[in-house]
Amino acid sequence: MIPYIACVLLFLIGLFVVISKRNLIKIVIGFSLIEYAVNLFFALVGFKRGALAPIITTPEQVRMGVARNFVDPVPQALVLTAIVIGLSTTALMLSLALRLYEKYKTFDISEIRRLKG
Amino acid sequence: MEGRILPLFVAAPLAGAFLVPLLSKLWSRFSDIIANITTALLLGISIYSWLILNAGGMPLHYWVGGWRIIGIAMWFDALTALIIFIINTVAFCVTIYSIRYLDRYTSGRWKFFTLLLLLIAGLNGLAISGDLFNMFVFIEISSIASYALVAFGTEEEEVEAAFKYMVLGEVGGAILLFGIALIYARASTLNLAHLSQVLAGMGRTPFYWFVIGTLLIGFAIKMGMEPFHAWLADAHFSAPAPISAMLSGVFIKVTGVYAMCRLMFNVFGVSRAETPAFFNLLIAFGAVSMVLGGLLAYTQTDYKRLLAYSSISQIGYILVALGIGNFWGIAGALFHILAHALGKGTLFLASGAVERQTGTRNLEELKGLEGSMPATTWSHTLAAFSMAGIPPFAGFFSKLFIIIGAITAKMYWLAFLAALFSAVTLGYLTKVVNLAFFARKDEPRTGAKEAPALMVLATMLLVVLALLTGLGFKGVLGNLVGPAAKVLLNGLEYARLVLGG
Repeated sequence: MIPYIACVLLFLIGLFVVISKRNLIKIVIGFSLIEYAVNLFFALVGFKRGALAPIITTPEQVRMGVARNFVDPVPQALVLTAIVIGLSTTALMLSLALRLYEKYKTFDISEIRRLKG
Repeated sequence: MEGRILPLFVAAPLAGAFLVPLLSKLWSRFSDIIANITTALLLGISIYSWLILNAGGMPLHYWVGGWRIIGIAMWFDALTALIIFIINTVAFCVTIYSIRYLDRYTSGRWKFFTLLLLLIAGLNGLAISGDLFNMFVFIEISSIASYALVAFGTEEEEVEAAFKYMVLGEVGGAILLFGIALIYARASTLNLAHLSQVLAGMGRTPFYWFVIGTLLIGFAIKMGMEPFHAWLADAHFSAPAPISAMLSGVFIKVTGVYAMCRLMFNVFGVSRAETPAFFNLLIAFGAVSMVLGGLLAYTQTDYKRLLAYSSISQIGYILVALGIGNFWGIAGALFHILAHALGKGTLFLASGAVERQTGTRNLEELKGLEGSMPATTWSHTLAAFSMAGIPPFAGFFSKLFIIIGAITAKMYWLAFLAALFSAVTLGYLTKVVNLAFFARKDEPRTGAKEAPALMVLATMLLVVLALLTGLGFKGVLGNLVGPAAKVLLNGLEYARLVLGG
């Protein structure tokens, strides 16, 4: 149970950083925290204590019922995809932050308000 | 029925997005040509698949790699047909329009078309996907492309809007992924059809409602519903006009409303009779969006910002109609998605033409464009009529269906509110028409030339479609919208069709 609570805590810390910090880079870091929290949660979903790695090399293993004692491999594959998506969003977000710095000469979001909202 | 054509909806725009940067090195016009061929092809195969669907009467399916429910499923039923048709019609007009619109940017023509094709690939993929995680991936593909496209002009305001939009949108995406992880934790399957059977066996536990709530927050951010509307106004305001048309006309509806409907109705099996709480929630948030969006639109002086707030208001209409939950309500919501895509698409394209020709979007500076830009003026005026619900345009019938739905469900105050805000829509759109396009005789006029022919053509194509949809509303309701509404109303019938077929 503790790892799940830690995930939720990490998520909330990330959300707090995104909402409360004024520095663009810190907002990106907060977003990364949220993303890690969700990925960690997803990976935990497939975890089974004391189970084997999900690798089958011979047909005998299937017959012996080894498959019942495997860690679920699907969440790991999904998390890998989510990490790749997260990489591209973080890269785009950082490049937008750099462009903003070039235009406004500041990383402070409270000074970047040309838009009325 | 096996639909071998389905992967093309994703493969064609992805191939286009790959070829555009490659071939545009040889000749920069290749990017226009490839993008237009791709969207024309997509429109062609949408109509072709719809014809097969209507002829066979059975939904099309495709199992990627033949792995059936443990692999990736693609699924094309009446609801998908409607959404695919909307995406590709607007995309087709937008790519034609972009050819000349992009002249105002000094460089990066190929970047624009690559990103636009990726956006289309994501939306099409989301519409045909029958797999939960794939839906998330396609939502992210189209979202990332849209963030970059909002920042396309790389001026201060555009980058600022893109950054704010991106932070909010990605938090929404993370919440969606969290919801998906929760579902997987309990159901251990990702195929939507299989998932709906597993969830049906679990009953309406607190966990069920927690997952619905988590997913709803994610989708609410993507669709720009109140109170998450802040990104929408800035992003629509700052994006290039064809992208505003794509975002407002298609993106918020497909990644927000369509994905939500597919999951809630077909997977979670909500229905007005069994889970009224969900529908009342939709009505509550929808009504707030409708009222606030409409009132905020009234106070705007910037052309595109006004249209953006109007989009929030129209999303409110769609949610309210879904919340009514009977056949007319849901058919009205789907009809409104179609009518709004065509109408608002025209309005944003017209606003782009005005900005390109006059150099401003401030309604207080624009005057009497009717003499100099007649085609844009009339496209805009007719589309405004459609949005405001004046017969015989598409927007009239969608609002009529919503009001019929509200009355048959005995929600008279909702029918009244919908009719009232139809008048508000007419009010703020008339304000644009009066201020920008028609001037009194003694007032000075803004000097400008008509927009290039291709831009006018694309704008007029959309408004003519809005008119035709309205004139042929019986056919559209019977063949396109009605069956799509039945897919949602029949809820768990979806699983039986997928797994049986």
